[in-house]
Amino acid sequence: MARRRGFDVTRLPGFATIAILCFVLLYAPIVLLVIFSFNESVSVSEWQGLSLRWYRSALENEQVQAATVRSVVIASAASLIATAAAVGAALATTRTRPWRGQTLAFALVNQPLMVPEVVTAVALLFFFSMIKVATGYTGLWYLIVAHAAFCIPFAYLPVRARLQGMDLTLEQAAADLYATPWQVFRRVTLPQLWPGILAGAMLAFVISLDDVVITEFVKSAGQDTLPTYMLGQLRRAVTPEINAISTALLVVSVVLVMAFFFLSRPRT
Amino acid sequence: MAGTASARPAPARDLAAARRREERRTRALLLAPAMAILIFAASGPLLIVLAYSFLTPGDYGGVVWEFSLKAWFNVFAERDFFTGEIELADAHLSIFWRSIKLSAMTTALCLLIGFPTAYFIATRPRKTRDFWMLLVIIPFWTNLLIRTFAIMELIRNEGTVNSFLIWTGLIDTPIQMMFTEFALLVGMAYVYLPLMILPVYAALERFDFRLVEAGYDLYAGRWQVLRRIVLPLAKPGVVAGSILVFVPCLGAYVTPRVLGGGKNMMLGNFIELQFGQGRNWPLGAALALTLLVIVMAALIVYVRAVGREEGGRHG
Repeated sequence: MARRRGFDVTRLPGFATIAILCFVLLYAPIVLLVIFSFNESVSVSEWQGLSLRWYRSALENEQVQAATVRSVVIASAASLIATAAAVGAALATTRTRPWRGQTLAFALVNQPLMVPEVVTAVALLFFFSMIKVATGYTGLWYLIVAHAAFCIPFAYLPVRARLQGMDLTLEQAAADLYATPWQVFRRVTLPQLWPGILAGAMLAFVISLDDVVITEFVKSAGQDTLPTYMLGQLRRAVTPEINAISTALLVVSVVLVMAFFFLSRPRT
Repeated sequence: MAGTASARPAPARDLAAARRREERRTRALLLAPAMAILIFAASGPLLIVLAYSFLTPGDYGGVVWEFSLKAWFNVFAERDFFTGEIELADAHLSIFWRSIKLSAMTTALCLLIGFPTAYFIATRPRKTRDFWMLLVIIPFWTNLLIRTFAIMELIRNEGTVNSFLIWTGLIDTPIQMMFTEFALLVGMAYVYLPLMILPVYAALERFDFRLVEAGYDLYAGRWQVLRRIVLPLAKPGVVAGSILVFVPCLGAYVTPRVLGGGKNMMLGNFIELQFGQGRNWPLGAALALTLLVIVMAALIVYVRAVGREEGGRHG
């Protein structure tokens, strides 16, 4: 691009300043929260020296332990189920000729992204309390199924993107060489699809781990996950212990999202 | 049979039909798990909400299976307890109004900050853009509750902002920011800002800056270039970003609960209240459906706007 000296055509006055300010604003609150999680003091706002005291106290808190285990169990099961279902749906919507009802299937898959979470939460509260009354079962499966449902679009989109970006000639060549559809999938499609599947599963895991609203409505007594436990602990201020848990959760999310980012980046 | 020479021989036709049947079966098998889960735990239960909104509330939560329009009536109106006159439900309407107003304000604020940021990223050298985008994406995938806590730490009376202002001597008593509409605005803008930056960036990324150069060559000023060239071409991204921010704001639950307190309830919290202390499940169902209708209306406006854009480009 030919540029006149000292005149950058892409520059608009003030935009760079706002952008830098925006990045500072995005990170400053999180960084402060992380810093204060290492604070010795009982009061969150006063700095009294570096300490791991609140991490220790969070680790020793039995409710936190139970909530952590529950969160991980739900997120693992839900993301596994959601990813498996999403791979099937993605294959059905990209590897077959256009069919009637495709739009409807697509709308169903994306429904959790469009309907406000509170509305789905209310619906699940009604439905699951009916089932609870009818069957007497009050276990974790309600939460797992509910999480799996809203995780499906997050697992579906990266898998579908990967499928659409893949070169079809390999699959056609395999089919020409008398591979059965299953062999084509297993030996040709799947090895190329793995990064997409992994990326989708990680997104689903993070989404499930972060959920508050649906969990809050669906959970039975004593089924707190880490986020609902944290919300329940909230009085007028955040306790240092909650800061410590937040920081730990933050690290998990950031690591998974960075991994997702590098997995799903188109190779150049 | 000699007369049907133009048709394919019967075995080939059967084979093609069999293959199509096979394909249909595979497709159905592949789709079934996802559809089953979604219908069971996302779409199907919405019908129960519709049914419950026409029932009578039970004494201790739940519903009594008696048809009633009272819940829908109560969404917008109420009967005066003493005189029996019908009047608008001011308390409910003010919550609707606050939800819509704050969502619109949040969207505007996100656009004001997000557009220049997206523009800034789109004008970086290609190699560094990924890095800047990663910086936008990380907060977006960070737990929403934690980000709300972070804002709370910042703006509460003993929080960082007030402590800093008192330390500098600018004020001597803390400014009350928590539990105000200002807190909600700041919190929601902070939480949903990446949702504005992502689509605007996607629109600007493919932007041809030779157009801007042509504008300058034709003696346009910076402002004219922005208004007449950049903004019109970035419009689909701006519309998408606005919808992506506006819709979750309308249904927001966590941020208003943490930052707004009981006085500054939004629709999401008001709905939840019907299942806690309020104990009016049918009203909760009717309110949830009202929220759903508003959101769907916003989405239809969006689809129309984008559709017109596309149609205009071809025609």
